[in-house]
Amino acid sequence: MTETVVFAVCAVCAVASGAAVFVVDSMARATFALLASFLLTAAAILLLGLSYLGVLVVLMMIMEMMVMAVFMIMYMMNPAGLMPMTMVHNKAGSLVVSVGVFLLLAAGAVFVPWPERTGEPPADPTLALGEAVMGEHMLVMMLVGLVLFATMVAATVLTTHRGRYERYGDDLRRESPDDPIGGGLDR
Amino acid sequence: MILEAYLLLAAALFSVGLFGALSQQSVVMVMMGLELMVNAVIVAAASLWFFVSPERADGQVLVLVAVTAMAVEMAMGFAVTTAIFRARDVDMVDMAADLGDGGDR
Repeated sequence: MTETVVFAVCAVCAVASGAAVFVVDSMARATFALLASFLLTAAAILLLGLSYLGVLVVLMMIMEMMVMAVFMIMYMMNPAGLMPMTMVHNKAGSLVVSVGVFLLLAAGAVFVPWPERTGEPPADPTLALGEAVMGEHMLVMMLVGLVLFATMVAATVLTTHRGRYERYGDDLRRESPDDPIGGGLDR
Repeated sequence: MILEAYLLLAAALFSVGLFGALSQQSVVMVMMGLELMVNAVIVAAASLWFFVSPERADGQVLVLVAVTAMAVEMAMGFAVTTAIFRARDVDMVDMAADLGDGGDR
């Protein structure tokens, strides 16, 4: 009973703070509303006994929203929300599409005959997850590692101000790099 | 607690995120909408694990993949935002419609 009440409160507040992201003026407030939404859904995940994944979501979202707040202030013209302004296009159409999608998904969630539950949760779901990603699902873990590494490289390449083509020319044939301040021993 | 309640929460989060991703003009706000949508996938996968087949860890692995997808989306999204802002001073999605058909610009 207590779990049901906690879940209901978390679910309603998670959706409400998720909607608040696109309503509030201040970008900082939007970021923290999103963080609240993520933390409340993480509480719902924790209610399922997924302690590791729930805590993982909590920690990752706190870090991610801190980074997000920095980028918000960098890229938004109105970070503090001192002037009320809206930056939206096709609001009515978006509202119609999202309400339609919600009704479709909700109808699916309610009316689909979901399969009966088989088995009981293991005593330690984290152990089961660890054994899965180090056993039969190892390919998933390897791909995730590879993708994360590729993301690090690609994000660095995309964001760097001066790459190899700026330094060595479009065909990379320049003898010495064209740097504002030369490096190396014999400068 | 029942599966349907969790799936309804996931559906609501997904719809709110979809509304944000479709309606917002700022690149960062669009990414917030995408994050909400991936969060809905996390909730749905976790609840399906618990209520349908808790003795297998497949649902948990799916949550792990969704969390990774969220991190990758955020990193690459901000990298692309930085790149296009540096190159052309673009910080709104309407200003980066080069690949559109140009019909309604």
